Amino acid sequence: MKKLIAVALVIVMCLSLMPAAFAADDVIKVGVVNNPPSESGYREANVNDFINVFTKENGYDASFFYSIKNDEQLSAARQFITDGVDYLLISAAETTGWDAVLKDAQEAGIGVFLFDRMIDCDPALFEAAVVSDMAKEGETAVGWLLDQKLDAYNVIHIQGAMGSDAQLGRTGALDEQFASGKMTKVVQQTATWDEAEAKKIVESVINSGDAFNVIYAENDGMAKGAVAALDEAGITHGVDKDVIVMGFDCNKWALRELQAGNWNYDGQCSPFQAQVISDMIHVLEAGGTIEGLNESKQVISVEKGFDARTITEEDILTYGLGEDVTVG
Amino acid sequence: MNNRKRKAGGLSKYSQLLVPLIAILVLVIFNLIRDPGFFSVGLTTNNNGDPVLQGNLISILNGASELVILSMGMTLVTAACGGQDISVGALAAIAGSVFVKVLKSGGGSISPLLVLGGFLMCCAVAMVFGAFNGSLVAFFNIQPMIATLILFTCGRSIAYWINGGATPTVSSPIINAVGSFIPGIPIPTPILIVLLMGGLFALLFRFTTLGLYIQAVGINQSAARLNGINAVGIKLLSFVILGVCCAVAGMIGVSRLGLINHETLLINIEMDAILAVAIGGNNLGGGKFKMIGSVLGAYAIQALTITLYAMKVPSTDVKAYKAVVIVLLVVMGSPVVKEAADRFTKRIRAARRSDTGKEAA
Repeated sequence: MKKLIAVALVIVMCLSLMPAAFAADDVIKVGVVNNPPSESGYREANVNDFINVFTKENGYDASFFYSIKNDEQLSAARQFITDGVDYLLISAAETTGWDAVLKDAQEAGIGVFLFDRMIDCDPALFEAAVVSDMAKEGETAVGWLLDQKLDAYNVIHIQGAMGSDAQLGRTGALDEQFASGKMTKVVQQTATWDEAEAKKIVESVINSGDAFNVIYAENDGMAKGAVAALDEAGITHGVDKDVIVMGFDCNKWALRELQAGNWNYDGQCSPFQAQVISDMIHVLEAGGTIEGLNESKQVISVEKGFDARTITEEDILTYGLGEDVTVG
Repeated sequence: MNNRKRKAGGLSKYSQLLVPLIAILVLVIFNLIRDPGFFSVGLTTNNNGDPVLQGNLISILNGASELVILSMGMTLVTAACGGQDISVGALAAIAGSVFVKVLKSGGGSISPLLVLGGFLMCCAVAMVFGAFNGSLVAFFNIQPMIATLILFTCGRSIAYWINGGATPTVSSPIINAVGSFIPGIPIPTPILIVLLMGGLFALLFRFTTLGLYIQAVGINQSAARLNGINAVGIKLLSFVILGVCCAVAGMIGVSRLGLINHETLLINIEMDAILAVAIGGNNLGGGKFKMIGSVLGAYAIQALTITLYAMKVPSTDVKAYKAVVIVLLVVMGSPVVKEAADRFTKRIRAARRSDTGKEAA
């Protein structure tokens, strides 16, 4: 009886593998392992980007798996390998623990692309990694700030959750300026991405009477919180006003604040990696090799910083994330 | 003798407030030494051209509003059920999302009626979720912390689904009036809402037997039931009331910035709310409670946070500083220290009595 069941199972398994074996050659099977869209506005845009690029119309048969947990992501990746995908696209929840799975993929002849987040492993295990350079985002923003040629830089620096990639990257460039003495640190405090906490931090600076003329918030929400504190204290902010307001992430509503001149700068953290990966897959499918990669095989996403004085309607529609709003 | 006993009883009735009061007092003195102008309150004009009060004292009272409201509800759940609800932050995020959802349904124009509708709707939803938590605890006798772990885990995902977008924004003068200032009134509206909630609870305890019933259920459920108290109903009710508190806190949180971020709205506030109840000298195992203790505890926690911000403590160290102070407070309020303090005062009293006795002789 047991043998019968075993045989039956084997037959079922073979049958289930058949469609894969007989699949048309021109369809590229892709397995995408990502974090869930509910994580943030950034992730939502990222997830949608992959759904929109890896479509049937574009010649893909894509399966998606979302989890915030590394072990669930790992087993999903294994499942994709078993299913016989051609390419495995991974945004890992954690940077470690992936070696074995990536080796399995390599042995099965599956091309692996990392996106958004790096994995701690030998670069030989993947084709390329399309990632953001958070440190560069910080440098771009601080470069813009230096270009404003203010007489003095008294900066309130509101940080994200300590130790996160975005926080470390966006803090680094500003810390250099504090260290060199070009800019003065009025306060540097973490609000752990919490908008209301950012407001409290700025309130406490206002209450202490310390002078400041720049608010550098490491995401849009915290910048909004900071601005709420300024509004309540009757301090003007924005283009040609008392305080320069800087945010990150390019939510549509934040870019509208820029457009209205209430904020000065918003730095992009691009969630759009799908097209770059799709282009590279086409190169590989055509039998070519991906050129221009360095040793770490990282492809840095092009990321912009927007200035309130030069931002256009098109910028907002192209690069803005989330829902559109009108700002009075 | 009888008179003295009553007096002693009257004092010990309020002795549980000693710890939060000492905490606040120490923070006040510390800040006054550090910066004599720390608590000065001034009148400025905000960007809408309205006069508003401003200063650290206002920041503390204003910033603590959500925590105070949640710790009021948490006190009732703690007293009735002998356990804590760890899903209040998640539930507030759900309530806030519902509030925003209703506001958005107006198609851009936000009328006072719509805001009222949004508030009632988010109250209703929060009460349903509260009842869900409550029924797990009351009917199925599940430990409150385990029962509410469910909503703690999935609540923010539910909040995400409600709006289908990560951070929807709403802007309207009415929302601004709720979360910031009503034009012409220089006191932040959240402070007024806290006063209103406090007043409602005071009336509830003054004119109903709810407070007594909750204590009775918390002290001994079977005894309460034998005395004709519907223990299950009381537990359920305490969770539903906490649900309302979550809705109010969520609404304030959303209105402050006109933004709902389901991931960060009132994040980790459940821990602070439980802490406020504990600092307030309430028994976390249920039974007798003093809501005013929790309220003072909540203000003490907020005062501590604002003090650390004003001291410009490095962001990496904030939690460590907070932890040290909290350990001190909790130890100060622990039964062992309380007993030691009691023995100490008794010995002093006894010594004094024997002294006066000698003099008389």
